[in-house]
Amino acid sequence: MVNPEIQGRVYPPTAPYLVGREKVREFARAVLSTSPLHLDPEAAKAAGYADVIAPPTFAVTVQEATLAQLLADEEAGVDFTRVVHGDQRFTYTRPIVAGDELTATLTIAAVKQLGGHSMVTASSDIVDAKGDHVVTAISTLVVRGDENA
Amino acid sequence: MSSVTPDFSQLETGDVVAERELTLTRDTLVRYAGASGDFNPIHYRDDFAIEVGLPGVLAHGMLTMGAAGSVATDWLGDAGWVKDFQSRFTRPVPVDAKEGAPVTVTATVGALDPEARTARIDLKVVFDGSTVLGKAQLVAAFA
Repeated sequence: MVNPEIQGRVYPPTAPYLVGREKVREFARAVLSTSPLHLDPEAAKAAGYADVIAPPTFAVTVQEATLAQLLADEEAGVDFTRVVHGDQRFTYTRPIVAGDELTATLTIAAVKQLGGHSMVTASSDIVDAKGDHVVTAISTLVVRGDENA
Repeated sequence: MSSVTPDFSQLETGDVVAERELTLTRDTLVRYAGASGDFNPIHYRDDFAIEVGLPGVLAHGMLTMGAAGSVATDWLGDAGWVKDFQSRFTRPVPVDAKEGAPVTVTATVGALDPEARTARIDLKVVFDGSTVLGKAQLVAAFA
């Protein structure tokens, strides 16, 4: 069972993540996108961006370091082998652009017990090098209870 | 690109704006693992997946969500940008080593806000006759 006392906990900001152009293109191809905005810097510039923009789910790669903080927190008691991804949401102020240096701060928004399972809502605020908000990535993780308990 | 840029004023609730059939293969999974950094072995090792009680290798939920999002963003082009994107992961997508997993994605206009110039695009993702994502909704902000 996940420790309910971690609700409200805020973790230290992650190390800055530099968004590379080729990484954005690789990610866009991996999610089967053909939009030139993700692949062609000239097309992105023509649309008013400094460089290629990332597909909306790209923020998960930046958020990942925050979820690693949660899993590494012994007090939280999250057993990684029992974690199922329940849902995911991204709320943007602006698209992620290649060249952005992003820092993520994790807040545990909620811990709920449902039957034998725990549901943890992890909210990661992602800001740019100026400290301006870019996107909030929210994951609900379902931690399955121990059937043998 | 020869596709037509969508015009906000022409959209109506209920319009199907894009539809695509895509086949997720083991190759797709390997590429997504590399691009995303999610190397959970349930996405590339049958023996491991079966050992933890799964039918076999599964697609990453975030890959399915990302691919569904691409159907919408490929349609949107440079007419706008994605303000919000959410999904529940309701059903796993097993990816057969030979055949892959054919998935159909349908993008429909779910709601329009003329003042904010936003369109909610509802994404229906079907594999093997069942919907695999729940409440998969993307909000596009038009210029």
